[in-house]
Amino acid sequence: MPVDMRMLYLIVPLAPLFGAIVAGLCGRLIGRTGAHVVTIAGMVVSFIASVLVFQDVLAGHTFNGTVYTWLALGDLRIEIGFLIDALTAMMMLVVTFVSLMVHIYTIGYMHDDPGYQRFFSYISLFTFSMLMLVMSNNFLQLFFGWEAVGLVSYLLIGFWYTRETAVYASLKAFLVNRVGDFGFILGIGLVLAHFGTLDYATVFAKAPTLANETITLWPDSPWSLMTVIGILLFIGAMGKSAQFPLHVWLPDSMEGPTPISALIHAATMVTAGIFMVARMSPLYELSDTVLSLIMVIGAITALFMGLLGMVQNDIKRVIAYSTLSQLGYMTVALGASAYSVAVFHLMTHAFFKALLFLAAGSVIIAMHHNQDIRYMGGLRKYMPITWITTLIGSLALIGAPFLSGFYSKESIIEAARMSHLAGAGFAYFAVLAGVFVTAFYSFRLYFLVFHGKERFHQGHAHGNEADQHHHHSGVPQETPWVVTAPLLALALPSLAIGYMTIEPMLFGDFFGHAIYVADRHPVMHELNQEFHGAMEMGLHALTTLPFWLTAAGVGLSAFFYLKRPDIPAALAQRFNFLYRMLYNKYWFDELYNWAFIKGARVLGSALWRRGDQNIIDGFFVNGSARLVERFSRLLKAFQSGYIYHYAFAMLIGVFALVTWFARLN
Amino acid sequence: MLNNLLTLVIWVPILAGAVVLATGSDRNAVLARWLALAGALLGLIVAIPLATGFDSTTSAMQFVEKTPWIPAFNIHYHLGIDGISMPLILLNSFITVLVIIAGWQVIQDRVAQYMAAFLIMSGLINGVFAALDGILFYVFFEAMLIPLYLIIGVWGGPNRVYAALKFFLYTLLGSFLMLVSMIYLYFQSGGSFDILTWHGTVLGMTAQTLMFFAFLLAFGVKVPMLPVHTWLPDAHVEAPTGGSVVLAAITLKVGAYGFLRFILPILPDASHELAWVVIMLSLIAVVYIGLVALVQADMKKLIAYSSVAHMGFVTLGFFLFNPLGAEGGLVQMVSHGFVSAALFLCIGVMYDRLHSRQIKDYGGLASRMPVFAAFFMLFAMANSGLPATSGFVGEFMVIMASSQVNFWYALVIATTLITGASYTLWMYKRVVFGAITNPHVEEMTDVNAREILLLGVLAVLVLGMGVYPKPLTDVMHVSVVDLLAHVAQSKLP
Repeated sequence: MPVDMRMLYLIVPLAPLFGAIVAGLCGRLIGRTGAHVVTIAGMVVSFIASVLVFQDVLAGHTFNGTVYTWLALGDLRIEIGFLIDALTAMMMLVVTFVSLMVHIYTIGYMHDDPGYQRFFSYISLFTFSMLMLVMSNNFLQLFFGWEAVGLVSYLLIGFWYTRETAVYASLKAFLVNRVGDFGFILGIGLVLAHFGTLDYATVFAKAPTLANETITLWPDSPWSLMTVIGILLFIGAMGKSAQFPLHVWLPDSMEGPTPISALIHAATMVTAGIFMVARMSPLYELSDTVLSLIMVIGAITALFMGLLGMVQNDIKRVIAYSTLSQLGYMTVALGASAYSVAVFHLMTHAFFKALLFLAAGSVIIAMHHNQDIRYMGGLRKYMPITWITTLIGSLALIGAPFLSGFYSKESIIEAARMSHLAGAGFAYFAVLAGVFVTAFYSFRLYFLVFHGKERFHQGHAHGNEADQHHHHSGVPQETPWVVTAPLLALALPSLAIGYMTIEPMLFGDFFGHAIYVADRHPVMHELNQEFHGAMEMGLHALTTLPFWLTAAGVGLSAFFYLKRPDIPAALAQRFNFLYRMLYNKYWFDELYNWAFIKGARVLGSALWRRGDQNIIDGFFVNGSARLVERFSRLLKAFQSGYIYHYAFAMLIGVFALVTWFARLN
Repeated sequence: MLNNLLTLVIWVPILAGAVVLATGSDRNAVLARWLALAGALLGLIVAIPLATGFDSTTSAMQFVEKTPWIPAFNIHYHLGIDGISMPLILLNSFITVLVIIAGWQVIQDRVAQYMAAFLIMSGLINGVFAALDGILFYVFFEAMLIPLYLIIGVWGGPNRVYAALKFFLYTLLGSFLMLVSMIYLYFQSGGSFDILTWHGTVLGMTAQTLMFFAFLLAFGVKVPMLPVHTWLPDAHVEAPTGGSVVLAAITLKVGAYGFLRFILPILPDASHELAWVVIMLSLIAVVYIGLVALVQADMKKLIAYSSVAHMGFVTLGFFLFNPLGAEGGLVQMVSHGFVSAALFLCIGVMYDRLHSRQIKDYGGLASRMPVFAAFFMLFAMANSGLPATSGFVGEFMVIMASSQVNFWYALVIATTLITGASYTLWMYKRVVFGAITNPHVEEMTDVNAREILLLGVLAVLVLGMGVYPKPLTDVMHVSVVDLLAHVAQSKLP
């Protein structure tokens, strides 16, 4: 391994970090232009370095080495280091590319924002954290990156810190993620306790020998160690990748500026959980129980979160529910042991979902920060680039044949069909039904925004209160090139990346040893049997069920929202309970608010008032003080200073003594 | 000169305090401030050779000084440090400089006395960490309470007398039992007050058990452990900013230090036998206090409760009897020294401007004080145990160590990831974010150069220790391993 490659590995994360520090600390000094120049330069360097690393990995070079020792206690060494293989290299490319696009886009989107420099600093810091996460060769650094992306996500969701909803959403996101991290760190604790190290390579090598190890969590019930570790680590993934029931933070995270919705809450951070499980495939392959659990959780998320997208009216929230649903798809693939399929969908999704969000941002700019799709319509005339790119993104999302999303999603559906684990039947049904749902809500959004009647002159009473100064007249305008250029740049991979890469990524040896699949789980093998090239796959799809479900979804939304808008309204009336249930997101927020937020405060108050104030302070501390006081008051009474009191006491004393002595004799 | 380093570390601040005291009335306040700063810096400078000249390959006591003090009772002026006490002396000497600077403008009343109290306390606390003679330890241990009592009682808030007295009596209660134990050890060890001799003294189980509870009360009050923690929130609320900083950053550490110097090595069998007591109290503390902290309306109370929860990690780490846990506890002590100091300084910054510590009086600070908000965010995150801050390191180590011993310990203690973040960030949100509702907040000015210096230095330390904690654990590792090996050996007759 040449030394210069190692330098390159360091440059990839450090260039964005440098940009973040300069823009963050010297923001006032370097001004707005300085801030975006320095951070974008850092991203360009990082992206180029990632490309070089990727080529090097394609040439067959992998790397696993230490940067420095974080902690050393005798034999235990916890290190910061890099593991560079195909999985890492691919993630690095996706992260740096999408991040670079988002950086450029931000110049336009945040143009008038007073926090311009701070924003650039944050997104560069995010990129650094995400890169540290994916490049890690050990659990500690993984956790570092894991929490660090959570931190930046928190800072960015609450970026407009005077807005109460944004601040609330940021805190919610951080705390829900912390619930996931709680499980995650316990999983890491068990790994350290049973493997004696946090280094991936050592843990993975040793894992098969501990496959049948059990631990006793409570007497007389041994648990498979791998199952417990797998579940705990997956709880972390559920937080970060917003899987049911820890999904509640992601829709609210849309309070943040749109560029970060694209970067963090669609393309990169939320896929960290998927990446993590794929990375840990040597552990997950050892427990069918966990794989089943993963598949079921993913299936629930894929279907039920998608349903919510059908009734939302905020443009970003619709896309957010779509993200939840797509993350569920990836999770199903993980559960089916089709890790490479999950990562493949992660990649295609990163491109088309970032595209959709950035396009939504473009629409939001044109709509002067009104995000309600009921007040849009007919925009295709005014915003041709945004329109075309959104169409591409939407087609990719619903899995139209030959587009990138088609290849990855079709593979997930097939993987679910072929899996033999418990729960696979439900998962197959969920992802299949999800296809229809996805097509419906995606094109509902598309038609409402770009087609039909122009409704953007009708009041903003129900709009998002994002912008206080939206008095606009005239027609919407296409956004400047810094906004549209990233759209076009993301549209290309959304179109073609699936077609180009499905063969090497799923059926070639691109991932090599980065992903391990046990022989017991032959799903990938069976998929390979059916696969006869990308072209063939696209043509064949035209005769299959998912394609017709997609077509039905698009057709129904066209009928509903272009021809007969009275029907969905009537349905909402007719099935009012169902509609309210979806609109209120199954009342999860209310439930959690009541059970956890309110519960914790009531409990905290009770403990404080009863425990600390009444019992400890009231009874013991002040009580003993009062006891002393009373006792001394009693004593004080004896020292009245009157001679006759003393004389009387003496008399009694003499009398008592005499009596006593008399009795003794 | 180098032979008497520990003497210098103890007496330089005390003498400096005496000199400052000599400046007398507030007419000489400027002189008193500068003298105090010089004294504190000198105290820090003489402490630095302890780190640079420290040999971290041995667990033996270093920089040892021993001369007879009261020969009749075989009491010596016996000093020495190992990898456990050395970082604490440096922490103390460093924090002293900070509190002198922190009180620069805020304290306008009886300046010389205020500054002198901190200097004298600093020397006495160094004495606690360096003493190897039981009686010498006891003298320092008790004497350090007096300046702190005065700081709270004289420069404190409206309810200062109640708080000071509560603090004083609480801590005094435990230490009398400790004195009795020490006298018992004197006789058992054949007439020695040498702590290192006590480490080898054979003791029966009953004696060990009784002394375990005596020491537990003495040190547990200081830590403070549940349920003897209620003096801390009151003391913090009434103390001036500097007092809170020292209280949180240093005095709590004295209690935890006592666990390592007395309870574990002198009473190893009782420690093993009764470890569950400490473990349970620590686990309950983390959960109970986490919930109590959530509902506090006063920022100082909130951070005070958070201190109790964080110290729960320390005591838990010590009683897991593995190096990861014990060193995690020590790292947590040092980290908490930085983070709690920083948080109390932050609250001080706000208090100096608005004269309120109530969360509800704030809101929207970020709009008026962006630099301050950034610092406060960093320290709030460190308090929530975010990786790459010092707050993470100790918590991580103790959670990892607990998983090795018992999964359920780890499960309970790891809830701090949720509760710690909840109470800290919820407070932060209400104070810093949102729209400005209180018109007085509108007039608040951002941190000045002096405050940036204070918070900046702490920020560098918090981040540095989070990114690279190895130097710290390297210093303590050999001493801790040796201590644990010692604890593993029974001392029953």
